[in-house]
Amino acid sequence: MRAKTFNTNGPEDGREEIVQPSTSLLRDLVRKKDFYSGGLMILIGLGIALKGSTYRLGSLMHMGPGFMPTALGVLLVLLGMAIAAGALVPAEAGSEETQSILPENPQWWAWFCILMSPVLFVFFGRYFGMAPGTFACVFIAALGDRTATWKSTIILSTVVTVFGVALFSYFLQVPMPIFTWGGGL
Amino acid sequence: MISTALSDLWFGFGVALEPHNLMWCFVGVLVGNMVGVLPGMGPLATISILLPLTFGMKAVPAILMLAGILYGGQYGGAICSILLNLPCHPPHAVTCLDGYPMTKQGRGGVALGVTVIASFIGASWGITEMIFLSPLLVRAALQFGPAEVCSLMLLGLLAGSTLARGSPLKGVCMTVLGLFLGSIGTDLETGSERFTFGLTELDDGVELIALALGLFGVAEFMSSVNQMSPINMAYTNVRLRDMRPTLADLKRSFFPMCRGTIVGSLCSLIPGTGPTIASFVAYAAEKKVSKTPEKFGTGMIEGVVCPETATHSSIQGDFIPTMSLGIPGDAVMALLLGALMIQGIVPGPQLISQHPDIFWGLVASFWIGNIILVILNVPLIGIWCKMLAIPYRFLYPSAMFFVCIGVYAANNDFFQVGEVVVLGLLGYVLLRLGFHPAPVVLGFVLGPRFEENFRRAMLIARGDITVFVTRPISAVFVAMCVLLLATQLYFRLRPPKIKPVAAGGEGSPPISPQMSPQQIPVTPAE
Repeated sequence: MRAKTFNTNGPEDGREEIVQPSTSLLRDLVRKKDFYSGGLMILIGLGIALKGSTYRLGSLMHMGPGFMPTALGVLLVLLGMAIAAGALVPAEAGSEETQSILPENPQWWAWFCILMSPVLFVFFGRYFGMAPGTFACVFIAALGDRTATWKSTIILSTVVTVFGVALFSYFLQVPMPIFTWGGGL
Repeated sequence: MISTALSDLWFGFGVALEPHNLMWCFVGVLVGNMVGVLPGMGPLATISILLPLTFGMKAVPAILMLAGILYGGQYGGAICSILLNLPCHPPHAVTCLDGYPMTKQGRGGVALGVTVIASFIGASWGITEMIFLSPLLVRAALQFGPAEVCSLMLLGLLAGSTLARGSPLKGVCMTVLGLFLGSIGTDLETGSERFTFGLTELDDGVELIALALGLFGVAEFMSSVNQMSPINMAYTNVRLRDMRPTLADLKRSFFPMCRGTIVGSLCSLIPGTGPTIASFVAYAAEKKVSKTPEKFGTGMIEGVVCPETATHSSIQGDFIPTMSLGIPGDAVMALLLGALMIQGIVPGPQLISQHPDIFWGLVASFWIGNIILVILNVPLIGIWCKMLAIPYRFLYPSAMFFVCIGVYAANNDFFQVGEVVVLGLLGYVLLRLGFHPAPVVLGFVLGPRFEENFRRAMLIARGDITVFVTRPISAVFVAMCVLLLATQLYFRLRPPKIKPVAAGGEGSPPISPQMSPQQIPVTPAE
């Protein structure tokens, strides 16, 4: 929508300049959320389009498997450019666009815990069964909270394990052994 | 026409009142209400987390239960926003404006009471609309060829992504991303694999449950963890007799209810404008017709009733395009449609004739479910209020377990649990960058069908792309798309005059950036 005002060749150019921000305009630029949003979309779009064009494209009448993804990738690149171009318009201070992309107090540990939770579920569930998988999954996720104590975490994990196994294994009959050893699946 | 509709409805009640179906409808509204009350659980998270519970069921009880979860969650969300000032659920953000001040004046119970009545009335109207409009739409839709279906889907996708929250441009980005994610896996037409990178687990594509739980579960937890401000429990002690509104209250809320119903049903007819927009428009309209607009925000009962009625009427109305055309208006409907597809049911205009039990059973169950909710909410209000006290640090780890086991149960595949991690991380990054991931699901669900119809249309038209504008019905849809984009452009380029209605009195929505609808393009000129 604001693509008309867009006059660089994409964020790649901008990123090279970011290394040495000289003017205040550039320093504004790097702080803008929209700039990164557009850049991410361009990157994803490029990836899709490049990979998609390795499949057969075909013609409009007989479309190959690569037609749609390539078109979507190109579209995403264009949209990304439009978003990044929007970031070139100086935004007033304090508006959403000038925010840093990290939240005010980044929760690296909590994020890590939450993302690890399914990983542990897969590992313990695969090799030791549903009950250990559930326990590990809840345990690591609960550790992410700032106020978590070992005791409360263990109690919570145990309670969820007992009820969860009862619900999913006995009641809903999910085919996953409660206890197993070494991946008997 | 009315008599066929009524006899179909009668048949629907027969289906919905079968003990088995009735039970699952009841379980659905109960669980939905319960989870909806919990602070920090939006409807998308609720539905996606509870979706796996329906895998073992037949199609009818599964869809009845899911729909029950949806509107049960709506009722629950109202409790949360009125008593705690927490808009867990975007449509209720407006309800906070007057609901919470009412709570502070000690009239929170009354606010809840009229909300229950308002919701029931709104929902009833929405259901009536569904009964009469759906068959009409179906009759029209059965004439559609691939080109029409394609441009209609385009309209749905555009509306769903640009009218939702946040920047329209970013919304379209998310839809495109969803369309792409939907194309992963084996290409239906040619059988070649796309974007699988040699992983055989991806042959069947990305799992919808994994996508939904990653984007709305894991990503939501990541943005809410340790960010929840302590909840003020001072006003949550609501007893049954506090809920009874006085006659004066009822009198005051009667016309707002009617107006809310109208706004809600109109909004549900425009594709893509879901309950959130309906509630905001209703609030703005109510403020406009009120004799004392300056009092809004100080605990006006009208300000609670009108948006709540609009929300519920529009939610029921949203089912119309979803069930009769197979084109969902928002992500919640996309999930419901996805659930139907998991059950092996092809959505589209043929659904009502091929599976009348699903459609009419669903319609009838809406009424039954809403009555259950009224009955349930009145005596159980005390328990719901107690549930508000469950701290987030217990909530999200338990929810993580539901996420993991739910994705596993979809196909008994651990690989898909791994997909959740990747999609969750992606979802969080997108959230931080100001994207609202809801349209991704919309694109994902519609993607394969869009591609299929596009290919077919092109094949029939011998590669002539102008077919979309030369066929009259399709041309109308394309024109509507253009109109939609033009309006968006107009609203973007015009300097913003007035801050959105909600910006002022919302207090501090503590949960996530998703909660505050920053952009309400259709708010009538103030």
